[in-house]
Parts: sequence; C-alpha cells; structure tokens
Amino acid sequence: MALFSNPVQLILAVPMISAAVLAILPGYKLSSRINVLACLVTFLAAFSLFFIAPPAPGTYLLIDELNIVFIVLNTFVGFTASTFSASYIAHELETGRLTPIYLRFYHAMYQVMMFGMNLALTTNNIGLMWVAVEIATLSTVLMVGIYRTHEALEAAWKYFILGSVGIALALFGTILVYLSAQPVLGEGPPAMIWTNLQANAARFDPALLNLAFIFLLLGYGTKVGLAPLHAWLPDAHAEGPTPISAVLSGLLLNVALYAVLRFKMLMSANPGALDPGPMMIAMGLVSLIFAALMLYRRRDIKRLFAYSSIEHMGIIVFAFGIGGPLANFAGLLHMVMHSLTKSAIFFSVGHIAQIKGTQKISEIRGLTQSHPVLGWGLAAGVLAIAGMPPFGVFMSEFLVVSTTFDRQPILALLLVLGLLLAFGALLLRLTGFIFGEPTGSLKPSEASYVPLIAHMSLVLMAGVYLPGPMVAWFQAVARLLG
Amino acid sequence: MDRIAFDIAHLLAGGLLLVSFMMIYQDRMFSLLRVFAFHAVVLSLSVAWQAYNQNAPHLYITAAIALIFKAIIIPGALRRIVLQLDIHREVENVVGIGVTMLAGIGLSALSIVLMLRVTNTADAFAREDMAFALSVVLLGLLMMVTRRNAVSQIVGFMSLENGMILAAAGAKGMPLVVEISVAFSVLVAFIVIGVFLFRIRERFDSVDVNVMDRHRGDQR
Repeated sequence: MALFSNPVQLILAVPMISAAVLAILPGYKLSSRINVLACLVTFLAAFSLFFIAPPAPGTYLLIDELNIVFIVLNTFVGFTASTFSASYIAHELETGRLTPIYLRFYHAMYQVMMFGMNLALTTNNIGLMWVAVEIATLSTVLMVGIYRTHEALEAAWKYFILGSVGIALALFGTILVYLSAQPVLGEGPPAMIWTNLQANAARFDPALLNLAFIFLLLGYGTKVGLAPLHAWLPDAHAEGPTPISAVLSGLLLNVALYAVLRFKMLMSANPGALDPGPMMIAMGLVSLIFAALMLYRRRDIKRLFAYSSIEHMGIIVFAFGIGGPLANFAGLLHMVMHSLTKSAIFFSVGHIAQIKGTQKISEIRGLTQSHPVLGWGLAAGVLAIAGMPPFGVFMSEFLVVSTTFDRQPILALLLVLGLLLAFGALLLRLTGFIFGEPTGSLKPSEASYVPLIAHMSLVLMAGVYLPGPMVAWFQAVARLLG
Repeated sequence: MDRIAFDIAHLLAGGLLLVSFMMIYQDRMFSLLRVFAFHAVVLSLSVAWQAYNQNAPHLYITAAIALIFKAIIIPGALRRIVLQLDIHREVENVVGIGVTMLAGIGLSALSIVLMLRVTNTADAFAREDMAFALSVVLLGLLMMVTRRNAVSQIVGFMSLENGMILAAAGAKGMPLVVEISVAFSVLVAFIVIGVFLFRIRERFDSVDVNVMDRHRGDQR
C-alpha cells in the first residue's frame, strides 16, 4: 500500500486503527491479543527506522537521530507492557475489579495513548506536539481512574487537574515561541515547524524565548514529574492498573522530557537567550533529593517506585542541564536504562500485588522463598535501579557523577548525596521484600515472566557491554543536543 | 494601524480580565456559572474582533466555539450537575476573598509588567493581548488553587483556557491547528470532567474535593 510506504506513517496509523477496532470488539482475550499484536507491529515499524534512510522532514513529520531513540524505546516498552498487560488483566477480570466493558475501554485507550505518544515524538510541529501530549495525558487520566475506587478517582482527579495546568502552561509557552519566531519566519504554519525554528533560532527575540522556555519547562516539567510539580505522579502510579504505571514511568515521562529537550535545543541555538542549563540542574537536583528523602516513608509498594521515578527523572534532567557531549550521553543512556528497569520493576510488582492482594509494603515479605522468579526479578530490578553494578543504570549514573565532578564539583556532592539517600532507602525496602518468612497468599503466579526477563537482560547487557554502533549513535545524539 | 480598532481590542481584552476578577469574588455557585458564561461571551467578542482586524476568517470559528460551547452548553451542563447532584450551592474558598483579590491584583500587575517588557518587538495588538491573556491565565490558576469545590475548580480551569485562547488569537497568523486544538481540548476536557463527576457521584455524596482528600492511599 502506497499509504504505508513509510514506517513513520505505520507507527501512527497502527495505534489509531487498532484503537478503533478495540473499541468495537467485545471479548477481552481477543482484544488483549490484538493489543499486543498492534504494539508489536508498531515496534517493528519503529525499529526499521534504524535501517532505512530517515525520510526528509516534512510539514508534519520529523525523524532525526534524537527522536529515533525515543520512538524505538517508546514502542518497545509499549509492546512489552502490552504483553504484561495481557497476563495481568485477566486476573483483574476474575477478581471483579474490572468488568468486560471497562476492559474494552482500557484496550482502546491503551492504543490511543500509544498514538498520542508516538505523535508527540514524530511530529515536526510544536502545536501538534502539544495536542499529542494532551491526547496522551487525557487517555492516561481515564485509565488511572478505571478502578473507580475512592483512591483511584482522587488520583485521576489530581492527575487531571495538575496535568491540565501543566499542559496549559506549556501551550502558553508554545504560543510565545510562535510569537518570537513570527517576525523572522513570517505568519502561519512555517513558524511552528521544528526544523525551521531550529535553523533560524539565532534570530529570534531572546527575551520572548526566555519567557517561553520558563513556561515550557514548568508545563512539560509537570508531566516529567519534576518537583515541586510532581504531586500527581505517586497517586497516578499507585492507583491505576500496573501496566499503566509501567507505561507512565517508562514512557510518558520520557515524552514530556523529549519536548523539554527540543525546546532546550532551541534555546541553545540562540546566543542572546538564557542558558537553560542552570534551571534544569536546579529542578533536577531538587527532584532527586526530595524524592530520595520521600522514599523512606512509603507504605505502598507502587508509590515507592513512583517516587523512585521522580528521583531518576531528576537525575536525567540534571544530566541534560549540565550539558556537553558526555553528560548528554549519560542522560540519554540513563533515560533508556530507567525506562527498561522501571517498567520491569512494575511488571514484577504488578504480579506480586495481584498474588498478595495488597500493595502494602509491610505485607510483602519473603518473596524469594514463595515466588523465586518474581522475587529475584524484583531484587534484580531494585538493585539495578538503585545503581548497583553490573547493571546499565550503574554505568549511566557513574557517567553523570564523573562528568559532574569534572565540571561542577559542588553540585556533584549534592548529586551523590541524593543517589546515596535513594540507594539506602531502596535497599532497606528490598531486604524486607525478598527475605524473611513469606507472608500472605502463597499461591503460585500464572504470570508470564518474558517481559520482565527481557527487560532485565537488556539492562544487564547494557551494563556489561554496549555495542559499538549504539554508542556511536548515542554520541551523535549527544552532540546534537549541544 | 487603526487607532479605534486597537482601542476596541484593548477594551475587550481588558474586559476579560475584569470578568476574571468578578469570578474571584463570587460566593454562589450559580452566579459563578453565570459570570463564567459572561467571561466566554467577552472572549468570543474579543476573538471575533481579532478575526475582523487580522482578516483571519478562521478565528471566527474559534469565536463561535467559545460562544456556543463555553457560554451556553458548558455553564448549562455544570448547572445541571450542581442541581442533580445536589452539591453545595456556596463556593468554598480556602482563603478569604480579600486576600485572593489582592493576590489577583498582584498577579495581573506582574504579568502586565513582564509581558510588556519582553514583547517590545511584537506589534502592539499582540503585546496588549498577551499581557491580558497571561493575567487571565494566572487568575484562572489562582481560582483553581483557592477553591475547594470540584465544580468551581473546573470553572477556574475553563477561565484559564479562555486566557489561552485570547493569547492564541492575539498571536497574529497563528496556524489553525492550534485554535481548533485548543477548542477541541476544551471539549475533551469537558467530556472527561463530565465522566468524572458522574463517576464520582456513584461513590461520593459530595463533589467537594476536600472529601476526596480523605481517601488518600498513603495516609495512616
């Protein structure tokens, strides 16, 4: 078909079409399979981008070295999370937490969300990007509230209100960017296209661009989960279905981060504009240290890992704020590692919470005895996310710390303090989870371990050996980011 | 540029800001909804005036959407929700109205000083509009923060969106994509809100956010 000659169109069309199909189809078994299949096709289409020459940037679509990394990661975790979701969701139906009609809605929304995220990552238009982030946000709001318990509704409401405020600020920033570009690029659509903006950023009015970036950083920063705008994140992670927690942490935060990075590139291209670095460093550090402290007092396992996501987004934003090829490389690598590890953790947490029937940390003990695969999988995930070698997160954190010591020794001390605090909290909790007498239900898990193991092996592999072409690719992107 | 055209644009944008202030001191739900409808009418006039002056017919669509959805359908629907769900008819404020008004005045002064300073290269139409728009946005935020009740938070959010549309209309030649998307997002937001309210009703006796706060997961 001539329409789908280009994999980018496939990446966008498949989720859209399958969302429509899933909205009509009854029967959750078939739906969950179609969901997995659609995600697989999208992933394969995204993966093929590595091998073909990227299409020339058009009015609507843009594929460059930066967003290919994001798109492939996005579709890959989307795919593994959909396979996890297929084994997770059947249990929710059995326990009556969800009814078939809600499940139909859930699967359709899953694809709508994938569509929104893929559109945000591939679009060449800042307005369209904003619309796409909003689509992704609204679909996840609905999924967070899907259990319709008091807590779920409260979480969804909070997410909705804070997310809308964030997205509204981002729109204001987008309008200001247009306003600064309009005298140079003329009225109309050309002044909203990334490639045009990037090429001409040096001639934009710096004052307007500064103001725009503050709005954009606060707006999209809300969606990244940066403190002090993070309040929605723990609730949304804890109360929604676990596949959605995995997707929120692993993907949606990255999509918002991608938007921030694009605008940061615009700022760097303008000599008169503020340096966006210090703002990002400050927000990153605050998020890291705040979240690390918050990790200590958690009672709910999903909330625990939600705060850990805030912590890691803090590290990533900090790394990009420091800037330069090495720090950008570390930031990118850390983002990929965090997505893979955090979603793997949520995969195991999801099954554990289903078996135990609770998310309370105090009631989850001795997992290595009762459920060895899940227990050790979780242990590997937590060790990885806490930054232990031999996992990939260690390598990226090490790179962030060493380049910071090189450039800003005082900030490096704060960074290390945050990392150690988080490390302590996570290990403290981990010993509780995996050792001791097993408590609660001991029934065997019917889960599929494939997504969990696949993610963890990738993280392990990245920690031991990063393939040369991948390093070269990341270096190219890091240079692009400036 | 036409002096009178500029004055009228100025008047309408300033009027929008004034109506935003009116919303801050309403203490009855129904009067709040009425003032919000008025807010939308002023917005729609302002956008229509921009459409006329910029010779941008697509902005009339935005004006029509503002008039039909925001001034008529949404306040009507929210009114029905309040009636059917038997929600408190009073607007509960976290802090006193006087303090909120003072904060609002401070925010407007801040945004006007800020925007006029940074936009001196843009044309006067856009400058004034952006300054007022930012004030309306900030007042909307202030309203969301100081109100306890879910319905008045929604109204705060809608007035914030009105400020956005004023800004988008003021930015000359901003592509259609954005205007439609703004209006569309409002629609979607409304659907979401509607779903929320009705779902909440199944579980709660009140749409008071304060009541919801008690059901937090992480508290002991």
